Amino acid sequence: MTLELFLDLHSQPCRAVYIFAKKENIPFEYKKVDLASGQQYREEFGQISIVRKVPVLKDGDFILTESIAILMYLAEKFGTSDHWYPSDLQKKARVNEYLSWQHKAVRESGSKIFWFRAMVPILTGAPVEQERMDSAVEDLSSSLTVFEEKFLQKRSFITGQDISLADLVALVELMQPVGTGFDVFEGRPVLSAWRDRVKREIGESLFDEAHQVLMNAHALPQVLKDNGMLDFLKPRLKKLFN
Amino acid sequence: MPLELFLDLYSQPCRSVYIFAKRNNIKFDFKKISLFGGEQYAEEFGKINMIRKAPAMRDVDFCLAESIAIMTYLSEKFQTPDHWYPADIHKRARVNEYLSWQHTAIRLQGAKVFWLRLLIPKMLGEEVPKEKMAAALEDLDGSLKLIEEKFLEEKPFIAGDEISLADLVAIVEIMQPVGSGLNVFEGRPKLSAWRDRVRAAIGPELFDETHQIVLNAQEWVNTMDGSTVQAYKPKILRLFM
Repeated sequence: MTLELFLDLHSQPCRAVYIFAKKENIPFEYKKVDLASGQQYREEFGQISIVRKVPVLKDGDFILTESIAILMYLAEKFGTSDHWYPSDLQKKARVNEYLSWQHKAVRESGSKIFWFRAMVPILTGAPVEQERMDSAVEDLSSSLTVFEEKFLQKRSFITGQDISLADLVALVELMQPVGTGFDVFEGRPVLSAWRDRVKREIGESLFDEAHQVLMNAHALPQVLKDNGMLDFLKPRLKKLFN
Repeated sequence: MPLELFLDLYSQPCRSVYIFAKRNNIKFDFKKISLFGGEQYAEEFGKINMIRKAPAMRDVDFCLAESIAIMTYLSEKFQTPDHWYPADIHKRARVNEYLSWQHTAIRLQGAKVFWLRLLIPKMLGEEVPKEKMAAALEDLDGSLKLIEEKFLEEKPFIAGDEISLADLVAIVEIMQPVGSGLNVFEGRPKLSAWRDRVRAAIGPELFDETHQIVLNAQEWVNTMDGSTVQAYKPKILRLFM
């Protein structure tokens, strides 16, 4: 029985899992989850995961949540190229260090900017308060400075010469605000050069394919208006992104 | 030259690293760092960890931040018993799953409750609105429920029959709100039984010794010099309120 991956490519961690599986030719059944229609709150999805988030992996009876756990599971099970999650102790530690740090840094502020720009107006009927937006932008900026000065420095990729899970997870997160027209790479040549290298390693067409729905994020408000799920989703989403 | 661990036992991730190293008899130089005293902003510490957080590790010339990265590094370097970070692919995935989830769940909410109940009113002298406190407690409750229903289920520990890094990281975070006087174990027999097993597996003396500082927080907060923390008041309030 083929591995199943429950994904919505609007979600950064889903994109990381999707790109990794495709790049490494891991056979999987793509189970589309439509977050904007509230599918994650339905009973059927609840049978898969009571956390009600994506991505989710189902390998026979084994169900796994959390993209980082999924990526590491896939890397080991399918014996992917060493550079993704190096066996070298120090390189592996660098990957783990980034993957741990990013939850409350790049991921958090990148997500906030996406939500404030793409979702808050339709959820609340008004744009987000300028102070909150400025705050999120400032936090992202601080995180990007740490990214450049600590995690990247003069290296091509986070661990050195080769791309790893750290770069993949970093880039899908940085793309999130870009989906709303907020260019995180502007005025950051080091970051832009790194982005180009990561895209090349992944493969431009795979990268673009994975980011297609995100780059269409401006369509989300209309989708929510049309599918009648706005009132259902409002309180739940507000709680997630306060 | 022994490993150096830069730790402040007020900090949950510092406690997990400390317990892990001690439990596994890993020799290290304990470099005490006072977070409330702002020592993470000292120039020397910046050379070890420019993120300026604790814990941090220096192994000769290799510096590492992030407790999870540090513990998995130590587990491999010192070949600690398998159960801490199992080689079995499914068990390890369960550990990784918990370690990933907890950052923005129990860790976030436990820390928030600690700040809202204790440090913000007592150290910063700022009153916490009732609805903020209620919302924070509700979120914490949600995470504790998930820990019981999804991560533990009917197992003795998160990965199965034996303690792992997941349980260690879980317990130090859950103890944080306890330090503010909130008994999160009350009315939660399943969680309490798990805590007892975790404490026994770590070693009750080591567990208690490590948690002494945070469990004395309610007394300590009245006598400490909060002037350094006052400087960060706007940032802290923005973060938690």
